Amino acid sequence: MKHIIIGTGPAGVVAAETLRKRMPEADITLIGGEPERPYSRMAIPYHLMGNIAESGTYLRTAPNHFRNLDITLLHQHVNSIDAAAKSISLDNGNMLTFDKLLLATGSRPTRPPLEGMDLPGVVSCWTLADARKIIAGANAGDDVVLMGAGFIGCIILEALAQRGVNLTVVEMENRMVPRMMDDQSGGLLKQWCQSKGVTVLTSTRVKCITEEKGKLVVELEGREPLKVNLVICATGVRANMELADGLLDTNHGILVNERLQTSHPDIYAAGDVAEGKDFSTGGYSVQAIQPTAVEHGALAAINMAGGEDALHRGSINMNVLDTMGLISASFGLWQGVDGGDSAALDNPQRYRYINLQFEDDRLVGANALGLTQHVGVLRGLIQNQTRLGKWKHKLMEDPTRIMEAYLAQHVPRHGP
Amino acid sequence: MLMKSLYINPEKCTGCLQCEMACSFENEGVFNPARSRIKVFTFHDAGRFVPYTCTQCDEAWCMKACPVEAIVLNAATGSKDIINDRCVGCKVCTIACPFGTVNYNSASGKVIKCDLCGGNPQCAQACPTGAITYIDADATGLERMRLWATKTDTAHHAAA
Repeated sequence: MKHIIIGTGPAGVVAAETLRKRMPEADITLIGGEPERPYSRMAIPYHLMGNIAESGTYLRTAPNHFRNLDITLLHQHVNSIDAAAKSISLDNGNMLTFDKLLLATGSRPTRPPLEGMDLPGVVSCWTLADARKIIAGANAGDDVVLMGAGFIGCIILEALAQRGVNLTVVEMENRMVPRMMDDQSGGLLKQWCQSKGVTVLTSTRVKCITEEKGKLVVELEGREPLKVNLVICATGVRANMELADGLLDTNHGILVNERLQTSHPDIYAAGDVAEGKDFSTGGYSVQAIQPTAVEHGALAAINMAGGEDALHRGSINMNVLDTMGLISASFGLWQGVDGGDSAALDNPQRYRYINLQFEDDRLVGANALGLTQHVGVLRGLIQNQTRLGKWKHKLMEDPTRIMEAYLAQHVPRHGP
Repeated sequence: MLMKSLYINPEKCTGCLQCEMACSFENEGVFNPARSRIKVFTFHDAGRFVPYTCTQCDEAWCMKACPVEAIVLNAATGSKDIINDRCVGCKVCTIACPFGTVNYNSASGKVIKCDLCGGNPQCAQACPTGAITYIDADATGLERMRLWATKTDTAHHAAA
């Protein structure tokens, strides 16, 4: 069997390893478009802080990890897929054939369609190459604008602040991380950043960016323009679906079934590029998070290897974010459901906030700010669909008692 | 090789917190229950105490979710151990663990979890009532303990 995996992020790497475990004899090729060894984008903020070298971002630490597993690792761009011939063509002119193909091509940052977004001083924060540009261009005393206070924007805030830049964050929505946290916690995050000396402009749009005497001029709607050295654009990402054009069914991502199989039976998709099953809604969506990428990668590989009953029950959408030391987390249906109940603990003075969302007596979603102990149990309660019974009311009175609620329902009275 | 495992019987727990003290001293060098990796939860209404820590589950959600291979399987004990030098502090494991037993330590900027003290868990040593024991993993109770809440697999169990 010849397996080709395109993409060397977590989904691709886990898929290759899982395939090897299940198919000792198979021919496995892993292809990535970047020159570096497979690395984790999630580790980039810690590289920007100077906590780790570039090598600290590598997904696998052993120097010959892929060779040892007899996985061929290629650093090439894939130009196209010929589904009829079951082959792909590479940048270097080579053509490779496959029995099963996995697209784990990930996503890439988007830029708003504004004048000046293509100026050289405007960078994204996505790849190690981007990180090098930021390290070169964002140093003590530099004026920097960060466009977008979403997950990526927030997670690099601390690194930028630590680098000593004069930072202004410009966010279109009314709060920080609007797709992860509710009004109250997103607002508290903004307050926290302001208290740390970062200017955060929410409900603010960038009109355009121009160049003037070696500086970038960021024109804002209804405000004075900002003159800066560097603009970091973190306004969103979208799936890398070019290879699927005209070949596979797509929406926001490549459509897959419970086997992570696309509309072509021999082509699978996993990770950020795949519109996979969501545990909470039962529908399909692009989650673009690390745990989902890993689940997709493993399950796609099991199915590519002929696994019979390896069906995806759906991944829980969840995130954890450290914004200059204030930790926020979101799980599942944190916006709540129709006819459901919610419980909140709000302590803005201490930057502590918990919001639990229930459907009937089950937890279906949560937002938490300032919570670092036992936070994973929120996932456990959601994923187990734990019937909370009387503990629902206890949580409504005190949402911090999540761990007790879990133990009360899951640990038998008379020991295991 | 026969693995051993922590076996917790809440019925025998008196809530003395010796386990938390021993854990914190062994791993953090201080007697401070707040820094313990095992935690005794108190149910005042029911007069009940439940010691709780990582079960070193086979699914190893934390280990699989780690983006930089900072959580590894200890082949000798079966525990999933944090490699401090590799942990960048991204906290993905803390939300991935459905048992809530991987925690972030803001002082170190890393996560912490139970590593069975390398095969000599001090909580079990310290427990005066036998509520926490370290016993052969094929003891019948272990499987039941793991079934407490392992029906959490998002993905099919074959992914394990």
